[in-house]
Amino acid sequence: MNEKEKIRAGPGLGPRLLALLSGVDRLELEHFEMEIGDLEIFVPVGFGERPAPAAPVQPVRPTELIREGFSPAAGTYPGVIREVTLGAAKKDGGSRGSTVVIGGSTAPAFSSPDRLPPHPPPIAMDVFDMDISLPKALKAAVADVVNDPAEWARMNVDRFGAELVTVHLMSTDPLIADRSPREAADTVEEVLQAVDVPLIVGGCGDPKKDAEVFTEVAERASGERLLINSVTLDMAEAKTLEGVAAAARDHGHVLLAFTGLELNSAKELNRRLYEFLPPEDVVMDLTTVALGYGLEYSFTIHERARLAALMGDAELQHPTISASTNAWAAREAWLNMDPVYGPREIRGPVWETCNALILLLAGVDIFMMMHPAAVRTMRDIRTWLMQPDTAGSPRYDWASTRI
Amino acid sequence: MVAGKQQKKSIKEISPIDVYKLLPKTNCRECGEANCMAFATKLVNGEYTIPDCPPLRTDEYSHLLQELGDLLAPPVKAVTIGTGERAAIIGGKYVLYRHDFTYHNPTPIAVDVTDGMPEQELVERIKAIEGFSYQYIGRTLTLDAVAIRSTSGDPGRFAAAVRTAAAVTEHPLILCTLDPAVMEAGLSEAADRRPLLYAATEGNWQEMAELSLRFGAPLVASAPGDLALLRSLAATLTEYGISDIVLDPGTFPDAGFAGSIMAFTMLRNAACASHDELAGFPLLGTPIAAWAGEELSREAVQWKETYMAAMLLSRHADLLIMHSMEGWALLPQLIWRFNIYTDPRKPVSVDPGVRTFGSPDGQSPLLITTNYALTYFTVEADIKSAHLDCYLIVADTSGISVESAVAGRYLTAESMAEALRENNAEALVDHRYLIIPGLAARLSGETEEASGWRVLVGPKDSSGLARFIGERWPPKDEE
Repeated sequence: MNEKEKIRAGPGLGPRLLALLSGVDRLELEHFEMEIGDLEIFVPVGFGERPAPAAPVQPVRPTELIREGFSPAAGTYPGVIREVTLGAAKKDGGSRGSTVVIGGSTAPAFSSPDRLPPHPPPIAMDVFDMDISLPKALKAAVADVVNDPAEWARMNVDRFGAELVTVHLMSTDPLIADRSPREAADTVEEVLQAVDVPLIVGGCGDPKKDAEVFTEVAERASGERLLINSVTLDMAEAKTLEGVAAAARDHGHVLLAFTGLELNSAKELNRRLYEFLPPEDVVMDLTTVALGYGLEYSFTIHERARLAALMGDAELQHPTISASTNAWAAREAWLNMDPVYGPREIRGPVWETCNALILLLAGVDIFMMMHPAAVRTMRDIRTWLMQPDTAGSPRYDWASTRI
Repeated sequence: MVAGKQQKKSIKEISPIDVYKLLPKTNCRECGEANCMAFATKLVNGEYTIPDCPPLRTDEYSHLLQELGDLLAPPVKAVTIGTGERAAIIGGKYVLYRHDFTYHNPTPIAVDVTDGMPEQELVERIKAIEGFSYQYIGRTLTLDAVAIRSTSGDPGRFAAAVRTAAAVTEHPLILCTLDPAVMEAGLSEAADRRPLLYAATEGNWQEMAELSLRFGAPLVASAPGDLALLRSLAATLTEYGISDIVLDPGTFPDAGFAGSIMAFTMLRNAACASHDELAGFPLLGTPIAAWAGEELSREAVQWKETYMAAMLLSRHADLLIMHSMEGWALLPQLIWRFNIYTDPRKPVSVDPGVRTFGSPDGQSPLLITTNYALTYFTVEADIKSAHLDCYLIVADTSGISVESAVAGRYLTAESMAEALRENNAEALVDHRYLIIPGLAARLSGETEEASGWRVLVGPKDSSGLARFIGERWPPKDEE
């Protein structure tokens, strides 16, 4: 390596030379050759001058804000969630004073103010046809009406603002009271007369008994566009699905297809239902598990289903429902715990509220709820989400606020 | 968006081969795997991290280390706050949706103290923050950080509060004041603690940036309700030489909260889907802002803060600052955070098999439950607190809880009969009674047929086991 190469090779030489030369007026170089081009390297050293900053130069720090914009990703999706109407007014063959439309989303839930769902997710409140064991915090609000489904329904609508009522026909369970399909249909009729909102009719979970009950109810409430809660693959196996689906079709109702946290099952059940009904008459229940007991499975299955549907999977392009009342299955919702965790009277409704709101963000289109405070909160947040404040919110400063 | 960057592969698009190419390919087995390809597969799957390959850390492979780091870098940068064992890593997210991979670095939850508090109150509140915990499926869930706010606006008082806090807690600290002079006073008292600084704004960014560089402390860029300004701050601070940035898009209470939820979502979407580097920083959520909203009763504000926190956890918040210390407000957050940060590809389960409690004999009860971790640990705790001598069969339900397992047919009459056989239950006890969960009552008849055992339907919740066994065991002959 000759001298020239050494100079070229050493990135540290500039500063070292600079240090050597500081305060020196004159410099003699011996045994040294240099091409004119190389001079450039040494020019900044500044012979005889005060030392100037040397390479590598410190990055220049900005003194002004670098202005950037923000344009949200313009991702669009090929799929649309089907719209399903629940309840039928007189002119459409029913007797409801109000009806609701669910579904219609074209993007993941509340991901951008430009692509909001077309309908606010409605809230259905539960009524049971028998005195079931309820956590105290739930029973308190409805203690006077628990033995009268019609009064209970009326209270849900008039006092708590329910937009639908779910009548759970628990007493038809062969293991509980084994009430007959006829008695069950009587209960549904009473509730239909007591309130004029759309109804969801729930069974007891036995695939044979539910089929008998739903068939009877479908006929007696012909034309009302009930949401029948629910049909399952167990019914298909028990060979009772066909009868219920045909009854729903013949009497103008909507079916809720229930599956247990498994999308292939959900698709399979939907395919079976398409043999009987148009897809616009099918809503999905993918299962709501309580916070702390597997809510993350529900959250993720709903996100997956919604994304697959928006990407074009027609068998999943159905609105979804959440039985957020299931939150009360969590012990944290009803058990007396160490006082540090607060009274169960507030823990319970908090549990139901969080359960429902988390699934609202996962894309659920309609909620079955129970505690009035949870319902109120859901209604507030739903309203805000449907009209996001894009004009900018008032200036606030939590960092220095005295609380 | 920073231009000129090659489109980076998302974690889902990276194949084990891509990773294998950047490994030493010596099959040295130092990582514990049989060969480099096996390591590559687990690395891309998130089961290992890069330092788990020891040779990569040697000089010989430094070029590979660099390239592999670039290949596997998450679109949301990981930022460390605090020092030592309790330092918290925030961000480091690979995906928008949990089901696409898994969420990493569970959101730390900080609770505030202020420089307006008398010293003793401040110390007591920090002790309460450190002491709060909840036992959940065999884990202890806790709070993670302390946010110190300056409500006085006085440098001396803030310095005193930070000094006191730094002395009593090892938790990461977040220093909250928009006044650079106050910040400097506080920061000087925690210079070696790498606290997170809140915040650089349009008005003070230059002074805050200087402090961040001088003390090596990560810095929040704050632009509530203005995503363009937020990106401007991120660009400016990056250019200033700061790499550990946290973004605060603003958490507004009440009606404004809808905009906050969407802002968080759009930012994370920009980072993960559009590779927007200026959006690729951890996001700070501040449910504490509920207290700066409408004047309401304490309980109403706490209620608001609770749902805000739960929703922000669900929508990409990488760090939360809260004020409520009420158990009912914190419990949902600790549990939900644990839940969404589990790997969606693996249920939280325990091994199936037989568990023995106390000193059971041939006359002792035999129970069955599912192998969902929460179900199992709940039943276990109840059996222990009731001091029962019994056997418990843990059936393989793929980690699904009783109610869902019955609905989804992971727990059936046949699977229970199979569990009895597999675990050789006939050798455990002399009787032929099986106690099944109350939530599986529907299966009792079929299970008797399938197994040949008599079935007793137990309580719906295992907290009722002590009473159930007291009243129903030994079983009276019901024939």
